[in-house]
Amino acid sequence: MIFKRKQKVVENLAEANENAIFNKETEGLSQGQIVFRRFIRHKAAMISVFVLFSLIMIVFTSSGIKIGPFSISGWWPYKFDQLLDLRKEGCPPEIVGCPTLDMMPSIIDGTSMGLGVHPFGQDDIGHDYFAMVMRGAQRSILVMLVIGFLGGSIGIVVGSISGYFRGWVDALLMRLTDFVITIPTIVIGSVVGYHFGNLGVGFLAFYLGIFAWTGLSRLVRGEFLKLREMEFVDAARVAGASNRRIIFKHILPNAVGIIIVSITLLMSGAILLETALSYLGFGVVAPDVSLGSLISQFQDSFTIRPWLFWWPGLFIITIALSINFIGDGLRDAFDPRQRRRLSKKDKAASRDQAKIAAASN
Amino acid sequence: MSEPILKVKDFTVEFWVDGVWYPAAVNMNFQIAPGEVLAIVGESGSGKSTTGMGLMSLLASNARMYGSVQVKGHEMIGAKSSVLRKYRGKEVAYIFQEPMTALNPVYTIGFQIVETLRTHFDMGPHQAKDRAIELLTLVDIPNPAGSFNKYPHQLSGGQRQRAMIAQALACDPGLLVADEPTTALDVTVQAEILDLMRGLKDKLNSAILLITHDMGVVADMADEILVMKDGLTVEHGTADQIFNRPSHPYTKELLAAVPKLGTSAKRILKADPSKGIAPVLNLENVTIEYPKRGRIPAFTAVKEFNLQIFPGEIVGLVGESGSGKTTVGRAAIGLLPIKEGKIEIVGTDISHATQKDLFAIRRHTGIVFQDPASSLNPRLPIGESIGEPIFLAGLAKGESLNTMIEDLLDQVELPRSYRNRYPHELSGGQRQRVGIARALALTPDLLIADEPTSALDVSVQARFLDLLQDLQDKLKFACLFISHDLAVVDILTHRIAVMQDGRLVEVGERDQILKHAKDPYTQRLIAAVPVPNPAEQKIRREARLAAAKK
Repeated sequence: MIFKRKQKVVENLAEANENAIFNKETEGLSQGQIVFRRFIRHKAAMISVFVLFSLIMIVFTSSGIKIGPFSISGWWPYKFDQLLDLRKEGCPPEIVGCPTLDMMPSIIDGTSMGLGVHPFGQDDIGHDYFAMVMRGAQRSILVMLVIGFLGGSIGIVVGSISGYFRGWVDALLMRLTDFVITIPTIVIGSVVGYHFGNLGVGFLAFYLGIFAWTGLSRLVRGEFLKLREMEFVDAARVAGASNRRIIFKHILPNAVGIIIVSITLLMSGAILLETALSYLGFGVVAPDVSLGSLISQFQDSFTIRPWLFWWPGLFIITIALSINFIGDGLRDAFDPRQRRRLSKKDKAASRDQAKIAAASN
Repeated sequence: MSEPILKVKDFTVEFWVDGVWYPAAVNMNFQIAPGEVLAIVGESGSGKSTTGMGLMSLLASNARMYGSVQVKGHEMIGAKSSVLRKYRGKEVAYIFQEPMTALNPVYTIGFQIVETLRTHFDMGPHQAKDRAIELLTLVDIPNPAGSFNKYPHQLSGGQRQRAMIAQALACDPGLLVADEPTTALDVTVQAEILDLMRGLKDKLNSAILLITHDMGVVADMADEILVMKDGLTVEHGTADQIFNRPSHPYTKELLAAVPKLGTSAKRILKADPSKGIAPVLNLENVTIEYPKRGRIPAFTAVKEFNLQIFPGEIVGLVGESGSGKTTVGRAAIGLLPIKEGKIEIVGTDISHATQKDLFAIRRHTGIVFQDPASSLNPRLPIGESIGEPIFLAGLAKGESLNTMIEDLLDQVELPRSYRNRYPHELSGGQRQRVGIARALALTPDLLIADEPTSALDVSVQARFLDLLQDLQDKLKFACLFISHDLAVVDILTHRIAVMQDGRLVEVGERDQILKHAKDPYTQRLIAAVPVPNPAEQKIRREARLAAAKK
């Protein structure tokens, strides 16, 4: 009797288990959900999201944010434009303002780990370099995001509309694109920087973003011209989909690879553009700083006080790399043909299966 | 029997994929004597093309081969590439499936033939050109001297295939490997190419290794047949043996799956169209024109086309490529604008409809496309593709939409767990089922099926046609079935319409068209269809040639 009941319980359990698997398999997932799940599984992208997010948090909280009348002061005691005494103690002879950041635990070099007074050191006249780098990174991230977002969205919309509708719409938009391409960005930047430099970096980024979409729009248009002839577009039209739905739901996800690659390039390019403009004196105007202006300002210090070069460089590399990895993860998540790489365990399992199959043949 | 040209012994090909050696062809044994035709048949993925390419070591670098392949007594496996180059083209020549991609589009066909000649023979350019023109004459290309300077895109599909054959024959090869030589061609052109190959084989006494999935072509050409499945040789015998006394169950299955013209039972239409029932689809004097674009003048694809389809009826629309049948199908559901005439669907006139008007008729129509690879959005899980028409019609959302998708998957006999898969994870037949499920999602009154089986293997095609028939019996939709394959149309339809060059040639009851066609074009079309039976095909061939002579 007991045995029978036990068996029944086991059977029930098995059934429940099977049901769970069944439900999991057949649970309907939309495209967005599947893409999101795949993105979360992409390790490099998730690490980059984490790195970029913490970097942004540190950068914006340390030196504070000021948007119009609304401002939050940061937790870092010094301001980027505050003049301080140059620190000599602990530095090699004839060098002042060296970094105080100590990453070695006390067991190795006798002093304990810590930030110190000026973790990134000081520049030649005594500004705290940590505050400057934070301020600079803030400006650069702002420029990058604004240009990436504006350039990306205008480029996608213009490219998809002209590629999808073709005809006179296409001719008009592409001539407009040609017109914008003929104006060198650096000239636009100089003019805008010269006249409105005092309005801040956000304004500059906005103007640059308005002119940065041309390459992307052409790429997207080409992709749309190819994809709009595919039969699944007709199928969607027969299903009753509107033009907007066909563009954004059916064609755009298929063009996502090309879009993400060129937006990441656009964003890395934005940092360089900002650097170039700052170098010419039109971008971020002193006393304000950006990562680009810091590098160009201290390019001669590389031999004597290399940290003035390293810190902004490290930040540029970190930001650009994380954006690239996030883009990579997004592209993989959107592309159904991308398979997760098999782990060693999976490989062993598949090998065993192949052996079994071979044996049964 | 003379010395065989090709001797293949224990030939095995394996591919290195994801860290495992996958066998693609296992222990192949066969030989071909001059003047003989050996056909390798099998479905896609059976390893028949791999075998053909492997003979001359033309496989990708992740392949490895064992066994022995001897061409005129010389071993090819493991031979140096300099030796292989000497044999490629000279002793063993290839004809590929798609002449448009196998010929280089930026060179003239003459240049490509001369290139082959001059690599293998010590020949001056003028001499080579004369020889090339001679070859083009041999393969019956019209105006050989003029065609010498033509680019591949300037020739028709059949002419391109002839040019390829001319190139293959340039060095009088002992063995011709023809990999699906006629699959991309229309039946009438196919018949011509097969006649040509047969004639050349007799004239030059070369051997042919024919690789194909088409049993009709095999019956027409082959002396000996090798049936392959999953890389294994299933059966090997003479044509007579394989067709009339197949011993292996797979061969029997394969032969049974091949649709045969004029053998299926009469399908009876319950509703009689003559008794004043309104047609589901009504095309009256429809003319469709592709507008002028740049320097390309406007092209009239369909002229004064008339067709009615009544509820519950399946009408087959046949014709060769370029006859405008797909254009008619697309215009019939409002995907293409028409220039003149009238199109009515379920009583709604859509001749000059706006987007909004069309939206209303979308609920009554569905379409299954030709190419299952491109008709499903590669970035959309198939569940969403199927559910889209329902979602857009505003019939269901969320949970209820999910159940409807499940029902549709059940209906086309696909597992429910497939709903989250992407199209590329499915086989061709499964994708085409998804296409049907999507087309039937709104239980339409009219289904347009545009060559739904042309990309499928015969056995998959047979299952697909069964499914379509069952669904039609159950759901009673009217169907316009567009196909170039008369045998498929024969199985499925009540009535047949034949198109040529944008005009309707003939329309009538199925049996009337297939057995007592009045129009000479229809007669020619039917005569060109190869029958999967060597003896019968021989009679048909001779009758066709006699008719052509007249």
